[in-house]
Amino acid sequence: MSAAYGLAGVVLVVVATVLIGVLGVRISRTTSDFYVASRTVTPLRNASAIGGEYLSAASFLGIAGLILAYGADMLWLPVGWTGGYLVLLVLVSAPLRRSGAYTLPDFAEARLESMAVRRVASVLVVLISWLYLLPQFQSAGLVLRTVTGAPVWAGGVLIAVVVAVNVLVGGMRSVTLVQAFQYWMKLTALAVPLVFLLLAWRYDGAPGLSSDVPPRFDDRTTVSVGLAVTVNVTAPVQVVVDGRVDGRDHRSDPMVLAAGEHRIEADTDVTFPAGADVPHVRGSPVSTDRQWMLPLDGRDHSLYGTYSLILATFLGTMGLPHVLVRFYTNPDGRAARRTTVMVLSLLGAFYLLPALYGMLGRLYTPELLMTGRADAVVLTLPGRLIGGLGGDLLGALVTGGAVAAFLSTSSGITVSVAGVLAQDILRGGVRSFRAGTLLALVVPLALAITARSLAVADVVGLAFAVAASTFCPLLVLGVWWRRLTVPGAFAGLVAGGLLAGTAVIVTIAAGPPGGLAGALLAEPAAWTVPIAFTVMIVVSWCTPGRVPPGVARMMVRLHTPESLDVDRGTWRPRRV
Amino acid sequence: MLVTGPRTRAVRRPRYPVTREIDEQTGLGEAYMRSLIRTQLRLAAGLCLVLGAVAFGLPLLFEVFPAVREQEVLGAPLPWVLLGGLIYPWFVGVGWWYVRQAERNEDDFAELVDRSERSAAEER
Repeated sequence: MSAAYGLAGVVLVVVATVLIGVLGVRISRTTSDFYVASRTVTPLRNASAIGGEYLSAASFLGIAGLILAYGADMLWLPVGWTGGYLVLLVLVSAPLRRSGAYTLPDFAEARLESMAVRRVASVLVVLISWLYLLPQFQSAGLVLRTVTGAPVWAGGVLIAVVVAVNVLVGGMRSVTLVQAFQYWMKLTALAVPLVFLLLAWRYDGAPGLSSDVPPRFDDRTTVSVGLAVTVNVTAPVQVVVDGRVDGRDHRSDPMVLAAGEHRIEADTDVTFPAGADVPHVRGSPVSTDRQWMLPLDGRDHSLYGTYSLILATFLGTMGLPHVLVRFYTNPDGRAARRTTVMVLSLLGAFYLLPALYGMLGRLYTPELLMTGRADAVVLTLPGRLIGGLGGDLLGALVTGGAVAAFLSTSSGITVSVAGVLAQDILRGGVRSFRAGTLLALVVPLALAITARSLAVADVVGLAFAVAASTFCPLLVLGVWWRRLTVPGAFAGLVAGGLLAGTAVIVTIAAGPPGGLAGALLAEPAAWTVPIAFTVMIVVSWCTPGRVPPGVARMMVRLHTPESLDVDRGTWRPRRV
Repeated sequence: MLVTGPRTRAVRRPRYPVTREIDEQTGLGEAYMRSLIRTQLRLAAGLCLVLGAVAFGLPLLFEVFPAVREQEVLGAPLPWVLLGGLIYPWFVGVGWWYVRQAERNEDDFAELVDRSERSAAEER
């Protein structure tokens, strides 16, 4: 892809986002109250805003990349991210709206009448948000590098600055108006190029993926390695190297890569002959096309991994910090349910697309398995399959969509975490909100630059696991179980947070160890979620005297339809 | 007042509007609330059970019967057709069905409360 077009895509989306943000401030200042104004918003626009905020870089780039690398097992990822909304709809959507809570700590305080539980919830919100932002910044770096060759930290810094400006200038109001636009932007940016890619694929004779060999280079192929990698070569192969391999410099020299591991340094070109097996980056499984097409083939402990993934995604969605805020823009509990169903349709439509990108990537960009940049498959395909001006334009469109994905999710999370930081950890007020915004962005940005590069959907998956192990039990038991006590909720949040948090830190800092322990740490939800639920229930049973006194009134508030005139209590969330 | 039937066979009507019973958290008010929550919980739990059966059943099906995962439908392997396509409209359908049922439960509850409210007003 030519850098000019890609850069144009990035600039266009950034400028549009800032403009709509600034314009949004002007529009919303003419209304007396943001919340009143938002109630005139149609359900479709509201649902688009939710979808726009929810579809992050992990959805836009990460799913296709993971499907390219791991195959059919990863189809569960988008299924879980959609199914999570169904679970949220069924278990908590209407009661959450009726609670009047604006953030997760608000709900904890309202339901349990305890500042201690509120504080634990605040800390967890901040940790989950940082975990969610870290891969957004990392893949922003990847995108900017892929299209312009800029250093990897530049993309993350760019996104952080734009988000900071938007949030600081407009606060909550400006961000809201951008989101709906960005859902449709992302859908278009993925759907339109896909139509052309599928046409090109048909024109190519619609090749399938049923052979019993691992991916191969069909033609003589030059692979440019941007960032240093260690790759695994399965059979000796004669290559031409321009750059540095295994500590030796080569100037377009022919050499034989023996079977085994080889270290390829940054900015090295390796040219493979036609028919050579694609070396895989260390840690990435080598599977034949047939294994790749079928679930539960190839990876160790794949059944456990699949179940853990399902549990984390189905139950984690309701505990994400930026999801609850959006429920507040519905006028009542019923509208919250209807909006959620619409979100389900919008997400379902979007998630039909990434799997096809993964499949086409397996056919046409197998070298991404070698460079370890499978996340770039969505960006690479248009230029590879279509080429020329058309390929450049479609590439620019996809790039713009990716930037929209970073901006919308990062803005949504930043706003929610800045609110929590300002209210519960700093002193409150507008100055704290501003300080919170910077804190919300700087920490994950620093982590993104210093931590090793990680697959975006993997890290987001860990954020879901933490949310599923902490807020899911709190919300589900809080909404449906009167006998939940303050110590029970506190103990459950701490236990789930510590266990899942430890697994996350080990996985990110050191990489998961091999074998079963590695599977347990990389996909912790299957054991941390049941433990968190158990702790919360058992401790509540043991402390029956600590049921919050207002629980009956709270249950009335959570469950009775708004048409009935009953006493719902006087609790109101505090404002920043 | 004209009594048209034996009083003993009529349903015991609450003396106050049910909303007031609920507000004052009397035994009767709590019974109304519990029945609402139980109905909604039964609906939600049933649906989660179905969802869980699908989400946990499919991988098990693929694991235990490898022939199923190699089955081809419309030229694509069955897992791709199910997980990459059909499951999304199914989610939306289940969602719509749930919303209708949950709203019906709430309407029933509201009607029950309203009716008792009217009859309490008549008795006074």
